[in-house]
Amino acid sequence: MQTFADSFSTAFGLIVTGDPILYEVVGLSLQVTFSAVAMAVLVGGPLGAILAIGRFPGRGILSVVVSALMGLPPVVVGLGLYMALSQSGPFAVFELLYTPMAMILAQFIIVTPIIAAISRQVLSDLSLEYGETLRALRATRAQTIATLLWEARPGLLTATLAGLGRAFAEVGAVMIVGGNINHVTRVMTTSIALETSKGELAMAMGLGIILLILSFGINAALMGVRGTQRARAYG
Amino acid sequence: MAEPRIIPFPDHDTQGKTVTSDGIKVQNLYLERDGQPLLRGVNLGLNATGVTALIGPNGAGKSLLLKCIAGILQPDGGSIDLPETQRFPALVFQKPVLLRRSVRSNLLHALKLAKVPRKLRPGRLAELLVLADLTRQSEAPARALSGGEQQRLAMVRALAAKPQLLLLDEPTASLDPAATSAIEELTKRTAHAGVKVILVTHNCAQARRLADDVAFLSRGQVTEHSAAETFFADPKSDGARAYLSSELILQP
Amino acid sequence: MRTIALSVAFSLTATMACCGPFIVVQSTTSTANSGLYDAILPQFEAESGIEARVVAVGTGQALNNARNCDGDVLLVHAKSAEEQFVAEGYGTERFDVMYNDFIIVGPGVDPAHLNDAENASVALSSISATGETFVSRGDESGTHQKERALWEVAGIDTEENNGDWYRETGSGMGATLNAAVAMGAYTMTDRATWLAFGNRNTHEILFEGDPVLFNQYGIIAVNPEVCPNVRSEQAQVFVDWMLSDAGQSAIGAYTRDGEQLFFPNAD
Repeated sequence: MQTFADSFSTAFGLIVTGDPILYEVVGLSLQVTFSAVAMAVLVGGPLGAILAIGRFPGRGILSVVVSALMGLPPVVVGLGLYMALSQSGPFAVFELLYTPMAMILAQFIIVTPIIAAISRQVLSDLSLEYGETLRALRATRAQTIATLLWEARPGLLTATLAGLGRAFAEVGAVMIVGGNINHVTRVMTTSIALETSKGELAMAMGLGIILLILSFGINAALMGVRGTQRARAYG
Repeated sequence: MAEPRIIPFPDHDTQGKTVTSDGIKVQNLYLERDGQPLLRGVNLGLNATGVTALIGPNGAGKSLLLKCIAGILQPDGGSIDLPETQRFPALVFQKPVLLRRSVRSNLLHALKLAKVPRKLRPGRLAELLVLADLTRQSEAPARALSGGEQQRLAMVRALAAKPQLLLLDEPTASLDPAATSAIEELTKRTAHAGVKVILVTHNCAQARRLADDVAFLSRGQVTEHSAAETFFADPKSDGARAYLSSELILQP
Repeated sequence: MRTIALSVAFSLTATMACCGPFIVVQSTTSTANSGLYDAILPQFEAESGIEARVVAVGTGQALNNARNCDGDVLLVHAKSAEEQFVAEGYGTERFDVMYNDFIIVGPGVDPAHLNDAENASVALSSISATGETFVSRGDESGTHQKERALWEVAGIDTEENNGDWYRETGSGMGATLNAAVAMGAYTMTDRATWLAFGNRNTHEILFEGDPVLFNQYGIIAVNPEVCPNVRSEQAQVFVDWMLSDAGQSAIGAYTRDGEQLFFPNAD
């Protein structure tokens, strides 16, 4: 049996030797995940704000739907997107299947509900806290939303981190719509799945360790940003 | 200071159009929540200047009346007439809710909401900082200030829009005597500048120090309204008498 | 906000910015997992200037994806399913390209005594008789289709024992091998995947050599009349190369640990 020690030395070896394949795969992982999460923040943040602050019929139901979508299995997202992007599907003309863009779309669909639901919670709490004060200061609706979004930065950062974590670790959907094509759509998680299916467990685990280290680094960096902001807000 | 007009005990003759005056006119104001009447026909006429204290026991509806005047609560009946210049009152709460930013950013935010042109903001900011005696703490995070400093900041933030009507909802209830005195000083200066102040307070000594006239609320109605001296020397209603005597026991 | 938008725009253009001519090959997993493509495709790409992008899935899924026109070339190993694919008009023509064979692997101690079996039916019967666990792909792959046919010839109803000694993983060959190794169970695999497999532990080849275990790989270009979007010109270049002397000798030259994994047999 291949041991954990093998995995650690494999991971270490890949990192110190500057394995070009590893860097290619890591680079694509980061690019896909950051693009997907950035898009999800741009859509999910305002969506959460509308759900938290907006007054329109069906708001309650929409909130429940968004929360429920957090539980969407990635494989289902991947399959749905495959059917949509397939040459026999409705969006064939974009020729996105088996491209990084398809993977970004898949992760975007998976992550947006998470960011929207957390943002909604954060913003409705803040809205309770600031609502009367902002109304007393004669803020317009748009100004209220802008103020709350700005004040909600720490909470929105948490939402973003949750989204990043989910996207970075996701394998089912990107495997289906990306196809795990070498040098084109192979990312960290699909590489791990591939090495596992080749029985190269030490290599798979080693890549897993590198994924964990990267995830740790991203979280630490963003938490650092958050720490500085907190210091500025509370002294 | 002119003798405030005394509004007689609930008067239902409000069908006709209100006579425009230079004062604040609250007529037959009605507010309910979950079928419970909370304001039950409030009638009150106030001068356009000076300090009015709203006092009365907990649950009488003082804060609700204040929020109706501020326009952040919609009454279920009756009317509030504000003079043209006082259309946009400012409101300060017992517990200040400051943005999680610096003192300076809090004030700039308020100046922006008050539509103060960008060019004028630095000057106005400096004035407000001086008024609140917070110039030194201008870069400090607002939420790290002491309770008294936070309330001073909330006061001048409310003044950012240069309101002609300032509504204070128990602004010193959670402050120590020194901080209380600073807020009272700020209130007096504001009133001296010609801004009408309506102050909700449980502190009768504070009402005596600041108010020109006193309106006493009990169970959702104004039961007595008179000049401050008159009110404290010789309360007319049983409710006010009972309230003042218990106040005397609690705050000798 | 603006920086986010900019970085999105940047990375989108970066992902769109693309490449020279390429084809998508819908492939069985064994050819990919065993490293065959890594060995031969660079040679094809150098000669033709066409990039071959391999999507490695089970034969069943590869056929389905190709039916959806999501591939230009099909390389799988289930001859009757491939012939049906061509008959339905999805493929232009099917060619034999190479072969190897299936083997049955299991724990070295061989509790069902497969070593003594004279043919595949006997081997499977002794697994069934001893009730030793057998792990099946259960995923409509070429290997799974072959395996089911062998049980049928042996006259054993696996459905009756499904979940008992007969276990379906519903996954690829690699995952199924990992499961068999972890469970100390028997399973059937193509030889190439086994030779390239890294997690054998104490598992060994316990039965091989019966002619029924022959494993033929076929190659098909997807029909441009059914799928107008296919890059049929480039696809045909790839098919021709795989069947050419250059392609065939590249396949034959690929070895793992000194063993040849695939045997070219184009006409």
